[in-house]
Order: sequence, then C-alpha cells, then structure tokens
Amino acid sequence: MIDLDFVIERIRTEQHLLAARVSTWTNAGPSGQNALVVEQEFAVDLALFLRDDPELRLDYCSNVTGIDWPGGSAKASAMGQDGDIDRRPEDAHLEVVYHLYSVALRHGPLILRLRTADRAEKARLPSLSSVWKSAELQEREVYDLYGIAFERHPDLRRILLWDEFEGHPMRKDYEMPDEAPASTASIEEGAAP
Amino acid sequence: MNDSRTLAETPRRSRKLNEDGTELLELSLGPQHPSTHGVFRMNAVLDGETIVALQPVFGYLHRNHEQLAEGMSYLASMPYTDRLDYFCSLSNNWAYALSVEQLAGLEVPERAQYLRVILAELTRLQNHTVYLGFLLGDMGAWGSVLMYGFKQRDAVLDLFESLTGARMMCDYMRFGGCRCDLPRGWPEEARKVVDEYPGFIDEMEQLLVENEILRARTMGVGALPGERLVNGGVTGPMLRAAGVSYDLRKVDRYGIYDRFDFRVPLGRRGDVYDRLMVRILEMRESLKILDQALRGLPGGPVLDPKAKLRNFKPPAGEAYARVEAPKGELGFYLISDQSTQPYRYRVRPPSFVNLTLLEEMCIGAKIADVMVVLGSIDIVLGEVDR
Repeated sequence: MIDLDFVIERIRTEQHLLAARVSTWTNAGPSGQNALVVEQEFAVDLALFLRDDPELRLDYCSNVTGIDWPGGSAKASAMGQDGDIDRRPEDAHLEVVYHLYSVALRHGPLILRLRTADRAEKARLPSLSSVWKSAELQEREVYDLYGIAFERHPDLRRILLWDEFEGHPMRKDYEMPDEAPASTASIEEGAAP
Repeated sequence: MNDSRTLAETPRRSRKLNEDGTELLELSLGPQHPSTHGVFRMNAVLDGETIVALQPVFGYLHRNHEQLAEGMSYLASMPYTDRLDYFCSLSNNWAYALSVEQLAGLEVPERAQYLRVILAELTRLQNHTVYLGFLLGDMGAWGSVLMYGFKQRDAVLDLFESLTGARMMCDYMRFGGCRCDLPRGWPEEARKVVDEYPGFIDEMEQLLVENEILRARTMGVGALPGERLVNGGVTGPMLRAAGVSYDLRKVDRYGIYDRFDFRVPLGRRGDVYDRLMVRILEMRESLKILDQALRGLPGGPVLDPKAKLRNFKPPAGEAYARVEAPKGELGFYLISDQSTQPYRYRVRPPSFVNLTLLEEMCIGAKIADVMVVLGSIDIVLGEVDR
C-alpha cells in the first residue's frame, strides 16, 4: 500500500495539477486498502503524472472495474465514505476503480476511484487507456456490463455480450428478460392440441 | 488500422489497393479452430500472407460469472472459481480465498499455508507441461508432444484426485485454510512425482529446444519490448520472457513464499522461444519449491478454527488480492456490505488482459505465426470470457 498523504503531496508539487481536486476514501474493512477519489476533468492529467513521476512510477494498471451504487439503499450506506468531494452514499452513481502498481519500484496498489454524475444510460467518464494500454479491454468490459461511456476510448464497443444486446447486466437494477414467468394462458384455456 | 475496422462495409471499388493492384483480405479465424484453445475468434486482415490488422472477438463462453457470484454466498462461489482457468483450479481457489481472507482479516494455519504452496506449484507444473504440448500442436506437431505432456500431467492429477476427490474441479481451499487434511501416504506419493519430474523435463528439453523447426518457428516471433508489455498489463511468464523481473511470489510474498529458496527465470528477447524456455525453467524452480515445502511440511490443523463456513459475513469494506497463477497475475476484487453475499465480485483474469497486446504482437507477422503467438500467450477461454 502506498501512503496516500505522500501521493497527494507529490501531486501538489505539480504546477498544472494544483487545481485538481483529489480526496481520500477510507476503507472500513481490515484490508486497509484506501483509495484516491479523482474528479473526472483532471483524471487523465493526474494519471499521466502518477505514471511518470519518478517517485511514484505507477507504470502498471492491473485491474479496472465498475461498481454500481444505486443510492438510497442500505447496501450503499454500509460503506464508509468521506473526503472533500461531497457525494453522500444515497446519491446514485456509477464508479470505476483502477488498481495501479509500479513494476519498476515494486510498490502498490494505489487505488483510483472515478465517479459518474448519475446513473444515466451512457454516463460519461474519461478513458485512461491512453495512459495505460491495459485499461483498453477492461474499460470496454465496464462499458459493456455497466454502461459507462469512456470518452476518447479508441474502440468502445461491447466486448463480452453481442452488439444487439440491450441493457447492462451488472447494474443492480437489471432485470433478466426471462425472469418474467412464462405465460400459460393458452394451456389454461384448453387450446386445442 | 482504422481502415481495416470498417473493411467489411467499405464498397469494393473504393478499397485501397496495393501498388501491384492486389487487395487486402479479411479472414475470420475461429471460433471453431483447433488452435484457438477454445471458442476464441480473431478477425485478421491480410496483405498476402502478412497480418495488417487483427482484432480479437470475445464472449462465446461468457456466462457473467461475476453476476452469478454476487447472487450467492461467498463460499458458494468457490467451486465456480474452478471453472475460470480449468487447468489451474487450485491457483484460482487460492486467489479467491486470499482475497476473502484480506476482506475478513482471517489467518491461515501453518500447515494449510504449506499445502497451498505445494498444490499451487504442482498446478504450475502440470499447466506448463500441457502448455508445451499445446504450443507444439499449434506449430503442427499435433498430438505426440501433447500426449507426452498429458501422460506426465496425469501423475499430478492423480495426486489432486486422491486429496480433493476431483482431477480438475478441485474446490479445495476454504477461507482460513483448506477443506481437508492429506490422506495417508500422500506426501510420499507427491515426493515420487517430484522426483520423477526432472527426467521428464530433461527429455522434453532435449527433444524440443535444439529442434531446428521449433527454433525457426519461434525465434523472433511475437516479440515486444518489456516496457510495452508492462503498459499493456501483460503479466506472468509472458512478461518475464521479455526480461522484466516481476513475479508476485517475490514481489508480494503472499502466503509463505518468502521462506523458500527459488529464482525467477528471465528471458531476453521476449519472443515465443523465450516464453517457452522461461516456462521450462519455471518448472524446475517449482520443483525446488516443492522439494523444500514437502520437507518442511508441519503438523497441525488445516483450517482456522475461527473461520465460519455458514452464515459468513465479512465486515464492510473491500479488498484486492492477487497471486502469481501459472498464466500471470490472477486477482480478485471484493466489496462487502456485511451481508452473506459480496456486493461486488470481480475477477482480474490473466488470460484476458494478456490478450490486450495480441494485435501488436501479430502485426507484420505471417498468418501461420498468429497461431504460434496466440499459443504462446497460454489462454483459457473459461477465464477470458467468464
């Protein structure tokens, strides 16, 4: 685990990132993996800095994934959240989490969280695949399963599901089309065989 | 490259012709193809025999494993992890168990730690053994090498069967340890397998590495520089073949890997030949670990007595844990909301992420090399498509 205060201190040394608003998210569980919450307008610049800064050199983006927070539920409020980006758990949003490591310096993970404004179909976030190529296929998967549209992604198409598929099945409110009970009306009416 | 994406829609007459008036050819490889290792498809664009663009097509084996796991208890997903990379169910079990243990703060008893190391290294051995067979199959040596590999692998699967009851779908590890203790005589049987294995590796090495056809087909094929592979998220033997020393057993030192004396074999050029050689050398290092682990195996319980199997509710929070699976970095990311089911369950599969740079490895190569490059990545579709 990288000390988040140290990372924020490094970010503050960079002139063009002075305006970037970052905050920390504290993990309530025993793993102690805290995260950095990044405002989306600065995400690409910040990611480039994290990758190239000689003290951090987070050259390897291991894992990219989405999370759905439908808001208002007991589930979302069970997660402790704080920081200066005031987004209470009841605010419905989608979140993308990046797990970064440094192969060169052998440290990590640094966890980045990017949050969408709402849970709209095609909610937008910047793509980080120009910084880490490994995010390319994984962001496509997030787009496919969560419906987050990554801006400036080189090839944003469905990846696991077919192109004609409707909806995004990893969203918590997704209903499978075959969950509705099959109609038995014709049998009950005694339709002629 | 962007041209090729829309090639199918481009009117024939406006397609770009080469200087000699020839056209590009779009060719679909798979999903039914003996060398795609399952239902995997590639859309290749060819200029003569040379690859100009190549796009992988995924999803033929997709079953939304992650969604299934979010609808059942933590323990109920354990058998499903066997089906991700079905050659290496025990490594998958370990990665998942490790992640839940971090999420819930569970301890693993000493004996279980040793058992996990022994089983993970046996898994690596048998995975790399059949890898050699499949890769040679992709080069046209269909059958013989694979059958030699399968014969040797059977000895390892016999060990798995006598311990877990299953040869491939082992479902053996639990949060805070392992499901059951060793049957009588198991360490001796394992010792026999470990003692026999170097003979098999020697024989394979003798038959393969100096073979002229194999060298011609693999040397200089599919090479990319190490920095590019890191940026593309490539891990495991693929990355180490390009000379980047990054083995999670050394970097994270999860489990008890810091107690064993072993080395991390590295390649230099990162071509298919180096990938093959790195795996052969890795097998030898695995044998070293197995030798030490079997000698040091302590007594005691195999499951943390505090670990609850029923009605298990980890405290709210999240955890990401990763292990060095035979194919690369296998990670599990879990979020708990204090209920019996994970709020978020994510698998970071090595096979899937390792395919990110497939196109870059293939561009400029011949069509016959594509299968060799794909074979050298070592993918399993159960894990790619999930």
